[in-house]
Amino acid sequence: MGTLPRSFARPASSPPRRPPADARGVRAFAQAHLFQSPLAGLFTFLLGAVVIVALWHILRWSVVDAVWYAPDNGAACRTATGACWAVIVEKYRVILFGAYPYDQQWRGGLIVAIWLAWGAVSATRLLGVGTRLTGWALVFAASILLLGGGVAGLERVGTDLWGGLPLTFIIFGGTIAGGLPLAILLAIGRRSELPVVRLLCVATIEGVRGIPLLALLFFAALILPLFLPPQLTVDKLIRAEIGMIIFFAAYAAEVVRGGLQAMPEGQDEAAKALGLGYWLRMRKIILPQALAIVVPALFNDIIRAFKNTTFFSILGLFDVLGATKAALQDPNWVRYGTEGYLFVFLLYFIICSAMSLYGGSIERDNQRRVRRAT
Amino acid sequence: MRRHLATGLVALGTLAAMYGAAGATTLETVKKNGVVTCAVNGSRPGFSSVDSKGEWNGVDVDTCRALAAAIFGDATKVKFLKTNNQTRLTALQTGEVDVTVANTTWTRARDTDLGVDFVAPTFYDGQGLMVPKALGVKSAKDLDGASVCVRPGSTSERVVADIQTKFNITLKLVVIDDQKEINTAFFGGRCDVAVQSSSGLSSTRAAVAPNPDDYVILPELFGKDPMGPVVRQDDAQWRDIVQWTVFTLFQAEESGITSTNVDEMKAISTDPTVRRLLGVEEAGSKGLGLDPAWAYNVVKQVGNYGEVFERNVGKGSPLKLERGLNAQYTEGGLIYAPPL
Repeated sequence: MGTLPRSFARPASSPPRRPPADARGVRAFAQAHLFQSPLAGLFTFLLGAVVIVALWHILRWSVVDAVWYAPDNGAACRTATGACWAVIVEKYRVILFGAYPYDQQWRGGLIVAIWLAWGAVSATRLLGVGTRLTGWALVFAASILLLGGGVAGLERVGTDLWGGLPLTFIIFGGTIAGGLPLAILLAIGRRSELPVVRLLCVATIEGVRGIPLLALLFFAALILPLFLPPQLTVDKLIRAEIGMIIFFAAYAAEVVRGGLQAMPEGQDEAAKALGLGYWLRMRKIILPQALAIVVPALFNDIIRAFKNTTFFSILGLFDVLGATKAALQDPNWVRYGTEGYLFVFLLYFIICSAMSLYGGSIERDNQRRVRRAT
Repeated sequence: MRRHLATGLVALGTLAAMYGAAGATTLETVKKNGVVTCAVNGSRPGFSSVDSKGEWNGVDVDTCRALAAAIFGDATKVKFLKTNNQTRLTALQTGEVDVTVANTTWTRARDTDLGVDFVAPTFYDGQGLMVPKALGVKSAKDLDGASVCVRPGSTSERVVADIQTKFNITLKLVVIDDQKEINTAFFGGRCDVAVQSSSGLSSTRAAVAPNPDDYVILPELFGKDPMGPVVRQDDAQWRDIVQWTVFTLFQAEESGITSTNVDEMKAISTDPTVRRLLGVEEAGSKGLGLDPAWAYNVVKQVGNYGEVFERNVGKGSPLKLERGLNAQYTEGGLIYAPPL
């Protein structure tokens, strides 16, 4: 009897080997995706050339030939072939703060800084939800006090002079803070078994969704005061803000309702079986799951709410876009509208992308939680 | 669609203004608020715009400041509301503002249908047409089939309609809401003709055109554009205050009173007009309900019409407009103040 090995398996695992040369690395990627065939190779070359030429032109226009500083009303820009970023250097105060008193604009700057800082802190999610929300409430209140003044020796500044990025942040914060809870209530109300509540919610949602935002703001700002008793004067900004909140809530309510309807009946029934009351069921069982489902759609509405703040220019307030538009009418700088609008585009793009990334990370968090739970 | 919306809103505003006629006079309201609230365009350099420091300036802005100087003796007690062509009169109708000074052309339709009154134009203009020189067009008659960039709800839209009937030609309308976008569209070749007030056209050509020599402004002027303050028509006293504040600016220039020499003139002038204007002699303006020195304050703090014109749209500004129709009647213009 020859000796048979105890096992046919190898006595020890073999040392790790590198993957085949054609599966990884730059060359492999190029072979697999860029040059699979001569035709593909040709296209890669052609498109690559187009991209490189375009990139070079953009780079040359925006950086190499650009003028960053042009005193004497932009004299240096007249002869330049590239972008005239000097228009931003000249006008950034108006773009960012509108017609807010010049020597007080540091208050606006401080507000923007607080918002960005707390936004960054919130995004790390090292703090609990409660702390973060309390923080936002404080940031919001501080912004209004800072911008309005009249406390702690700050000069009083009427809401008619508010403008720019701080105003955009405050309108946006108020819209979400007021609109989201209202949206949840409307969504729950629309599914209520009490006919009066249901009808009221349906009427609100459908009614508001049937009006353009512009008309709603116009009504809130200009027409509404005529129907109110003269002693009841509510600041125009607050009236318009209420319009924004209702508009946001009407749209978001339908999103939340989608989440409520996606919940399996079993969840509610199981909660009932445990003897939980209506609001406890909503708060602890239904809403947390329903809202987690609709995070992507909700962030869609939230980002739109941020961009809708530009409609406030109809009230005669300088929002960022309105202020840019007005600043670019200056005869000395009117040629450089492209640069001005690019700046505003970048501003909106950065803020909106940040929000969208934040929404994405909440989504992933939720998925992890759901996976842990099941 | 947006234009119908705007028309509807203006109509609603008119309706609301009729029902909402408040008890207090405009002057009382203004004094209670402590500021004159003034609707301006906000995007018309030379007339009303904010500079790099967020400060308001322009002819329209100075008209509002003159009002504040007349009422409060302090030209800074004024609040500006940025409006557009669709909201400028609605804001007035609904009482949101006390006066609208937003490049609004005085027309019969506006004056009679909207419950507002136009007083004392502060700037006379007309509509002109600008075309690329390469088109070889010499007159508006040759424009058959051309595309025209116009702003919705503006006088230029009316002018285009009139030109079509007058010369029996067809023009293709390209409606764009923003003057800046119109400029981009026109100089980008999106439309063949730009219609704008002649003052606007020359400044657009100077400031925006890639090469100003490539464009011609046709010799014809269409329409008349008298622009000035607008008030609600239910308050005659307020109307008089606005009107005579403007006339004060005119008269001060005619009498040679400027913001720098006004004190001297007040002290030494023997000219009865000057003495009455500055309140040295009985001026007969008690009905306005203002401080006797109101006209002095206007000239001292804002200047006379010539100063206002030159620093905002004339030689002291990038627009460099000629006085033209806006010269004193003694110089062949239309600026004329009735006797005191």
